[in-house]
Amino acid sequence: MINIALILTLAWRNLWRNLRRTTIMLAAITVGVWAMIFLTALMRGMVEDMLKRGLYQLPGHVQIHHPFYLDDPSIVNSLEEPSEVLTKALEEVSQYWFSRVKVPAMLVSERGARGVMAIGLDPNAESDILFANRHINEGRFLSSIDDEALVIGAKLAERLETGLGKRVVLMSQDPNNTIAERGFRIVGIFSAELSAQEEINIYVGKKTLQELLSSKDKISEIALFAEDYQQANTIQQYLQQILSEQQTKAQALSWKAINPYLSGMVNMMDGFVLVWVIVIFLAMSFGLANTLVMALYERIREIGLMLALGMAPMMVIWQILVESVILLLIGLALGNGLALVAVQLTAPGIDLSSVAKGLEMAGMGTTLYPALLIKDVWTANFIVLVLGMLTSVLPALRAAHYDPIRAITKST
Amino acid sequence: MSTTLLLAWRNLWRHQRRTWLTIGAMIFSNVLLVFLITIQFGSYDMMIENSLKAFSGHIQIAQAGYHQDAKMRQSLNEINSLEEQIQQAYPELNLAARASTIVLASSKERSLGIQIMGVNPKGETLVSSVPGLIKQGAYFRDNIGDKIILSHILARNLKAQLGDEITLLGSGLDGSFAASVVVVVGIFESGFDGLDRSVAQVPLRTFQSIFSMEDSGHSIIINVPEINLSQKYQQELKQLFLAQPELEILTWEQRHPEIKQAIQTDMASAWFMYVVLIVLVAFSVLNTQLMTVLERTREFGIMLAIGVRASRLARLIFMETTLMAAIGFILGSGVGLIVVAIINQTGFSFPGMEEMAAQYNLSEKMYPSLSPLAIFLGPSIVFAGCLLTSIYPALRLFLLEPVSAMRAA
Repeated sequence: MINIALILTLAWRNLWRNLRRTTIMLAAITVGVWAMIFLTALMRGMVEDMLKRGLYQLPGHVQIHHPFYLDDPSIVNSLEEPSEVLTKALEEVSQYWFSRVKVPAMLVSERGARGVMAIGLDPNAESDILFANRHINEGRFLSSIDDEALVIGAKLAERLETGLGKRVVLMSQDPNNTIAERGFRIVGIFSAELSAQEEINIYVGKKTLQELLSSKDKISEIALFAEDYQQANTIQQYLQQILSEQQTKAQALSWKAINPYLSGMVNMMDGFVLVWVIVIFLAMSFGLANTLVMALYERIREIGLMLALGMAPMMVIWQILVESVILLLIGLALGNGLALVAVQLTAPGIDLSSVAKGLEMAGMGTTLYPALLIKDVWTANFIVLVLGMLTSVLPALRAAHYDPIRAITKST
Repeated sequence: MSTTLLLAWRNLWRHQRRTWLTIGAMIFSNVLLVFLITIQFGSYDMMIENSLKAFSGHIQIAQAGYHQDAKMRQSLNEINSLEEQIQQAYPELNLAARASTIVLASSKERSLGIQIMGVNPKGETLVSSVPGLIKQGAYFRDNIGDKIILSHILARNLKAQLGDEITLLGSGLDGSFAASVVVVVGIFESGFDGLDRSVAQVPLRTFQSIFSMEDSGHSIIINVPEINLSQKYQQELKQLFLAQPELEILTWEQRHPEIKQAIQTDMASAWFMYVVLIVLVAFSVLNTQLMTVLERTREFGIMLAIGVRASRLARLIFMETTLMAAIGFILGSGVGLIVVAIINQTGFSFPGMEEMAAQYNLSEKMYPSLSPLAIFLGPSIVFAGCLLTSIYPALRLFLLEPVSAMRAA
């Protein structure tokens, strides 16, 4: 029969016999747990930010293309506007989907020329997403699907030495491989957080671009946003099934397949969290084991006496284990609390604009927001508690198997 | 051996298990730090090396503003004599003259707007990795000829193969209409995203004649013998061209701030982790050293009573910590060294790394840097941190009263 109250009392009192030692160990556990949770939250925040940007840029959680389009983004590899059945399916899985024409083109001004990606879109269907991380500097955005005007990036305007109200020539290839070209007036200039976007993307009404490319009702891609990016695979399978039933050659792909860099990042994060938590724990475990070994060494005679008086070895083990669990729990509580405070304090965002260009290389914005995931907090607490108890088992077992006579007579 | 050292050494082994556990914490973090820091430094070197070899060299000379705007008319006259002038002044440098513009490139089936570069094959082979990475066909041998080298993604997008003709349309330096037909003689593949999307090269003389540039070009790329010498040569070249303020001489750090910033960001997050590790080890040492002081209160009381000074006892504690930290340092960096030496042979990679690597111009395997700095930086900081923590236990010695200390339990 184990007397829980007795064990608790003994363990609690033993823990505070050496206040300084216990405090130092508590500080170590607290710092360790704080670092586990806070750094994980920062890294998660970083990846979430990259993911959000990446998905807006792609755009979408799932895209549908001609199977050759991604390798050869020409108007030749285009699709028809979605059929009734497909439209119904899209409405079913997504609140937010749109189709666009997207082809490489050349933009020529009086002073220069640049290779660009011409995007023909329906401004009413997708401007929310489009302006999530860019805004119109000068002029206006496209007003309708057949707006015969052009919106280009600030950087591109600078490179081409052109500007609002000026005329430029857009050249691209039509399905017969002849060069289609026409003049456009620039009605708007946008700026984007990632300056590469300003240089490469130009926007024009979808109908206008289709007309220029003599490809009425042809589109390059359908993009959709689901409620959550994690639904992408299910939706992709569902849409692919409908596409196959309709016997079209179109192919549905999730963002993971389109951008392996992003999905690689997301996958790696889970592994990183686990490795980081374990590494920190190991660094802590030496101190933890040491503290216990010392505490038991000082108490050899006392433990010997208890054993001699007939205390069951199990009681000794429990006593020691409970002592270390209390230590761990207090450390965890403090560490978690501190991490929460740190996350709260940094919630308005950490300004990283001094290294903006380096972050852009990684596809990140200039402000880092920590993202605290409950599952990461659980991982950290679980690992510290379980491995911490395992670490204490060995010294506890040794203590329980002391020979009472030798232990009592041992001089420190 | 001095008495203090001998005492310290013996004291250290009074509690073998405790000492080894403390040293174990040091070894653990030292090995980890050696591994992480050498891999980190190794990958920075690789990132800089690969990016510079691929695109831009160590130093670029161009007309002021070209680096920002890259406009056709920002050209350098008589680029070859400029090149010769530099070469004569500094025979040890590798030079390559380049010109570049945007054209509409058309194959039989596709048309694309691309950036095309005129290069001198002799110089290019010295400063760039592109000539060595031709996967099909061969690089140019002469500085002239209606030939083009394409990266494999451009070739795929143009649906062009070796021997196919590509039509180039653009405008010349004087604003005139420029057109020419060139034949694909080589296809290039590096495995690095940015590069594989962008490379299109023709011989410099051909470029000059297509775009009516006569003997001008846009930039001279310079590779210095050691990357660290970039700034020194930049200063010297500035002196050389003091009379020509229209020339802008930039080092790779000025042209590619993103490389340095990406490294800084990575450094900052990595050091956060390292500091936490080091602090945890320091706590462990602090705890051990505090215990050795507390459990020896009676002993120290006696020593004080027989006339040993508190400062000598403090020195003893300090010596014990130093010995312990030294063992941790030697074993930790020793094991770490063996680990990274092995990895240096085999290379290090983890699943899912390739995509990330391609984004930063890294190859699929990482190789640790074996520089002494990278190896001993981590262990040295751990060593210093451990010594710092022994200050608190040592200071406590000065508070001991011999009589009450001798009576302590």
